[in-house]
Amino acid sequence: MTNFSPESLKEKALWVRKETLNIHKIAPETRLASSLSDVEIFVALYYGGVLKFDAKNPRWEERDRFIISKGHGSISLYPILADLGFFDKSELEKVCHEGSFLGGIPDTTIPGYETINGALGHGLGVASGSAIALRNKNSDSTVFVLMGDGELYEGAVWEAVMFASEHKLENLVLIIDSNKIAMLDYCKNIIDLLPLEEKFRAFKWDVETIDGHDVSVVLESLKKLKEAKNSRPKVLIANTIKGKGVPQLENDALCHVKSLNEEEVIAAINQLQ
Amino acid sequence: MSDNKPKTMRDAFIETVYEKMKENDRIFFVTADLGAPALDKLKTDFKDRFINVGIAEQNLINVAVGLGLEGYIVYAYAIAPFITMRPFEQIRQSLSISSQIRPNNVNLIGIGAGLSYDVSGPTHHSLEDLSIMRLMPNFSVFSPSDWVLAKKFVDYSIKYKNPKYLRFDSKPLPTIYEGAEDLNIEKGFYEFLKGDNVCLVSTGYMTHRALNAAKELPGVGVIDVFLLKPANEQSLFEALKKYKYAITLEEGFINNGGLDGLVSKIILDNDADIKLKRMGVDDKYAFELGGRNYLHKLLNLDEEAIIKAVKGFNI
Repeated sequence: MTNFSPESLKEKALWVRKETLNIHKIAPETRLASSLSDVEIFVALYYGGVLKFDAKNPRWEERDRFIISKGHGSISLYPILADLGFFDKSELEKVCHEGSFLGGIPDTTIPGYETINGALGHGLGVASGSAIALRNKNSDSTVFVLMGDGELYEGAVWEAVMFASEHKLENLVLIIDSNKIAMLDYCKNIIDLLPLEEKFRAFKWDVETIDGHDVSVVLESLKKLKEAKNSRPKVLIANTIKGKGVPQLENDALCHVKSLNEEEVIAAINQLQ
Repeated sequence: MSDNKPKTMRDAFIETVYEKMKENDRIFFVTADLGAPALDKLKTDFKDRFINVGIAEQNLINVAVGLGLEGYIVYAYAIAPFITMRPFEQIRQSLSISSQIRPNNVNLIGIGAGLSYDVSGPTHHSLEDLSIMRLMPNFSVFSPSDWVLAKKFVDYSIKYKNPKYLRFDSKPLPTIYEGAEDLNIEKGFYEFLKGDNVCLVSTGYMTHRALNAAKELPGVGVIDVFLLKPANEQSLFEALKKYKYAITLEEGFINNGGLDGLVSKIILDNDADIKLKRMGVDDKYAFELGGRNYLHKLLNLDEEAIIKAVKGFNI
């Protein structure tokens, strides 16, 4: 577990965005925009002292479980895992290339990944099963789940939402990367997901909504939700911007499927701050 | 002890799981709101390790996966077509794909093999499951023909840490394995009758039909195949190779990778001179009412049809 100051967390977030763009340069198949909205969430979890982990023993029994339901949108976790020593940094130079285990969609061959989540809407149910198991073991580990707001269209998510509160899974924290855009359009133009807080409250979850790009706020909220043992599952709705940090992607309804060419990546890195 | 009373596979299996749960605290039983007489005791005595997820088969699989990832042995229980086809993507992503890297001992118990939910109609008939579950890498597929065999599978399900599909008949059936001392689950099949020219190769309920038909057919062999994956193809070929003719019998769609697919592969791979006839349900759902015997008569799966097929070989 690491514990950085708020200022250094911001720097980390900037570094992660640069590294994510560098990965995209060699692997244009990666989902860039989706991997830029959740950077502060990853940074807070891994550098802010929220997640218990052991990079040298990724299946350490006492670790917190982190299930990344929006698998495609976690390319930005690769540099973090490398930085923390889950695998060698040289791996970042061959993402999606022959001999690499870091693909366009992460899987369980990557040290640090609990599950494979190419297909969406599965993570919360799996996490609920693990939360029950951990309770049965009298473990004090927490199960975190990261889901995109577009995943909320999947019916299985709501089966798990009902289940988690019924079973009083206080050791379960769902983080919704609410970047407002699915694949083809803004969610509000597909089927409006709002009001989201009320939906979760109606299902007896504790809900908190924050600015998902203010890393100090993200950190504070995650720590608070992790500690709150009140017989209820928690959801942190992180309002984010899809493609955050890259002007060509931000606020483009189709940014999910956009790739940048090498020149654009270099320009994007240079203007990052 | 001889106990020839008809009994359901699920009760025999769950009673044994109950005994295992007493000595092993790492076993969970999860149902999608489907019951069984034997389940009542289990859910009362193991409140912390029994979960009813409600009528939510996708979450049934996901919750089972999450428990399994934490090292638990999990039994997930629902109606056969609903536990296989409703959550097929959960099965694919989080069991079939995932368990290739992270072993996961989740056992899917599907109740209602073949036409056993006879009068409930085509939504409840399970005719696709053998083919589609045999398709899935890293899965085992178990299709027992009686409760004695189902009960014996509990040890296997604990021993092997991979996902499995267990296809159970919904109806109480008489035992055919009582006293079968030489039954070996890992071998995957059992030779009830050794014949000369024709072998009936069957699975599940159809083995009862095969044994009945064989009474009228001297010299006909009967093999019950219960482990359709991983199949012990070499041993099965050794048992089959002396026959000139074989008939596969299954309560499922034929020509699409079920039991007939397994047997025809074995014949082809060994370049064997065995003429094969496939009996089962051929590319159509059954809407007719009137019970299982009536459906079998309509679909040419009854003893009369089997006898006719054997005689049709003109030996």
